Amino acid sequence: MSEPTVPNQFDPTAQVHLGVFYTGVGPQLIWTEPTTRPHVAIETFVEVAQLLERGFFDAFFLGEGLRVRENRGQIYDLDVAGRPDAITQLSALAGATERIGLVATQNTTYNFPADLARRLASLDYLSDGRAGWNIVTTDNAWTGENFRHGGWLDHERRYERAEQFVEAAKALWTAHPGDTVHRESDLVTLTAPATVPASRQGRPVLFQAGDSAGGRELAARHADVVFSANTEYTKALAYAQDLRARLARHGRSADSLRILPGAFVVLGDTPAQAQEKADWVRGEQVSGPRAIAFLEHYWGQDLSAYDPDGPLPDIAPTEGELDPSRGTISIDRRTGKLDQIRQWRELSEQKGLSIRELVLEVQPAHSLFVGTPAQIADEWTHYVRTRAVDGFNLLPHLIPSSLTDVVDTLVPALQERGSYRTEYTGTTLREHLNLPAVPAP
Amino acid sequence: MTDQLFLALEAPGHGTHPHELRALATEAEQAGFTLVTFADSPVPSSPAASSIEAGTRAAFVSTTTNRIGLAPELHVTTTEPFHLATQLASLDHASNGRGAWVIGAANGTTNLATIGASPLDAKSWHREITDVIDVVRDLWDSWQDDAVIRDVTTGRYLDPSRVHHVDFQGARFSVKGPLITPRPPQGQLVVIAPEHLDVADRAEVVLVKGTDGPALGARATAARTAGAALVFAEVTAGFHESEADAPKRPEAGRLHHQGSAAALVDLLSSLTDTVNGVRLHPADAQRDTPILLETVAPALARAGRLRAPTPGATVRSTLGLPRPTNRFAAAATTAA
Repeated sequence: MSEPTVPNQFDPTAQVHLGVFYTGVGPQLIWTEPTTRPHVAIETFVEVAQLLERGFFDAFFLGEGLRVRENRGQIYDLDVAGRPDAITQLSALAGATERIGLVATQNTTYNFPADLARRLASLDYLSDGRAGWNIVTTDNAWTGENFRHGGWLDHERRYERAEQFVEAAKALWTAHPGDTVHRESDLVTLTAPATVPASRQGRPVLFQAGDSAGGRELAARHADVVFSANTEYTKALAYAQDLRARLARHGRSADSLRILPGAFVVLGDTPAQAQEKADWVRGEQVSGPRAIAFLEHYWGQDLSAYDPDGPLPDIAPTEGELDPSRGTISIDRRTGKLDQIRQWRELSEQKGLSIRELVLEVQPAHSLFVGTPAQIADEWTHYVRTRAVDGFNLLPHLIPSSLTDVVDTLVPALQERGSYRTEYTGTTLREHLNLPAVPAP
Repeated sequence: MTDQLFLALEAPGHGTHPHELRALATEAEQAGFTLVTFADSPVPSSPAASSIEAGTRAAFVSTTTNRIGLAPELHVTTTEPFHLATQLASLDHASNGRGAWVIGAANGTTNLATIGASPLDAKSWHREITDVIDVVRDLWDSWQDDAVIRDVTTGRYLDPSRVHHVDFQGARFSVKGPLITPRPPQGQLVVIAPEHLDVADRAEVVLVKGTDGPALGARATAARTAGAALVFAEVTAGFHESEADAPKRPEAGRLHHQGSAAALVDLLSSLTDTVNGVRLHPADAQRDTPILLETVAPALARAGRLRAPTPGATVRSTLGLPRPTNRFAAAATTAA
């Protein structure tokens, strides 16, 4: 990967595109705050989607987690949990909204290609061209225990399966209803007719998040939008340039792929007030019980007797590596836990850190934008005009108030700078994202 | 048995634009229908027919209706049981308790080929149906109603002792659980089974066929004996002026009304001693659906023969079915 530090493009007309990644699980949503609505209630989903439509957002995203997270064999109890099936929920929201894009995260490992392609096309048709599919893969057998073919796919082959899966889905979407698509390999076998008429946008918009070389290649070949973990400006720019080089190799134009990294936003009337809020948010997200649970995952045993504001546990961790039951650990972090713990001991002794302080230190807040609406609007306008990103995917910490703040204060600040739409100019998600039309079959 | 009927309407499967689908659900609700059902199959019956997946159609009208039950046909043979349970639980949440499931069990060569599989023999097929129903019901109960505790002082969002692995072992698959979705508002969605699947003991409603009243009566009795709580008759309704004008092939074995709206009202009124409800299939969707909604249902209501849902009702409350106790909560109570 190249390491550019200066932009090589400037587009004074570039626009910020915004989406929201609605919380399904995890510590980021502060459920202890009484103003946070029950995140599973349909009324909350409708309220949020309609709020985002008022702010002319491109898209509303739902994540996926096909097994409820656990801590040492028991259901993990400290974070919000419980979520709907994404396509079902977005179909319900399609009936309650008019413009916003509706994006479902769906897995290529634990779905049947023809079934998933049909459900996505149905959402696209019912929403009149507002559907998107965020393509993800799973490799762990722990999640597979909920499915007919648990743990069948080797880690190395998950993108191979994803590639064939997406290609088959595209074939089904571009075939005329009644035409049959046939595929046969050791990873994808189906004979299925196209059944759903094409929507106004041709087919669902494809999103992809993988940051590995395999993920980037899948994105460069198939994706219309990438989520990226590269939010920091220099990294974002390098990522964008790498991806555009890959696009060119696949004969695609630089404007045929939009880049939307994740972003946590904390707004305040003054910089100091925003920072104060951000500190509060961080403190809530890394609560004492969560800090203990974080260490329990590594120690492999009950640490509830330890004080989160006291020193690290003096006992030795159990044998064996990390299990994937928290659902978030990437494969390269599932080994070397003893080394990890040794480093943490040294760090906490050096700096005199308590358990909670250590966890705050080793889990740094990332993708974080803290400031006044004017500050963040300036920063984001610079990001898009220098083509480091095309916008952001917001991760709310309070529902709905952290999003209400964005719609009511940050959106107008962006509009003043000419970098955000003042009304929807299209009706489909593809049009919102200003992506080239899908060629007619 | 009362002298009133529940009405279900089979929604047209193809050629439906989103706004037409929305209008149909609203009109059926206003006409007093208890359920709208959405037939589906992985491969459409006619090669040229386009079709929108049933679960998405049901969900699409969930936010624009407030009392009609929404019953998609989802197939046990061509899907992941875990996804199926999640999708249906989500429909029940999105509709605040108006979800139901028409069990589908497609088993033809072309249907199974969509997942790269072959048809099952009769015995394996039946076992697959019962296994999927059983695991879906286990998964719906895998979160107890009071699992989410939001205890600010301890920082605990949920009580892990109230969220359960289901550890289901079927003949052809196993599922660990729990579901990713909290327990549906109805506890268990209403399960609707066509009689030929032979799962009356696992369903709340069985759909029976018969070409006349006595034949339907015999099938209804058989379904009740087999364990069905409620029985609905399958009726095709056409209002064409002449036989020549009518569709060519009414479905074999099903009661087929051909004639005036008034005659259909009389026919349905005569079935109140036999069945709890009727699922109406318009013979010609374009032409016959409006007559069912605008003429037949209002006439039944005026005659005091229609049992209509009230705003905010769940399917269970409309049908007079109790909200089931959670099997895992019950087990915990027994063990204690």
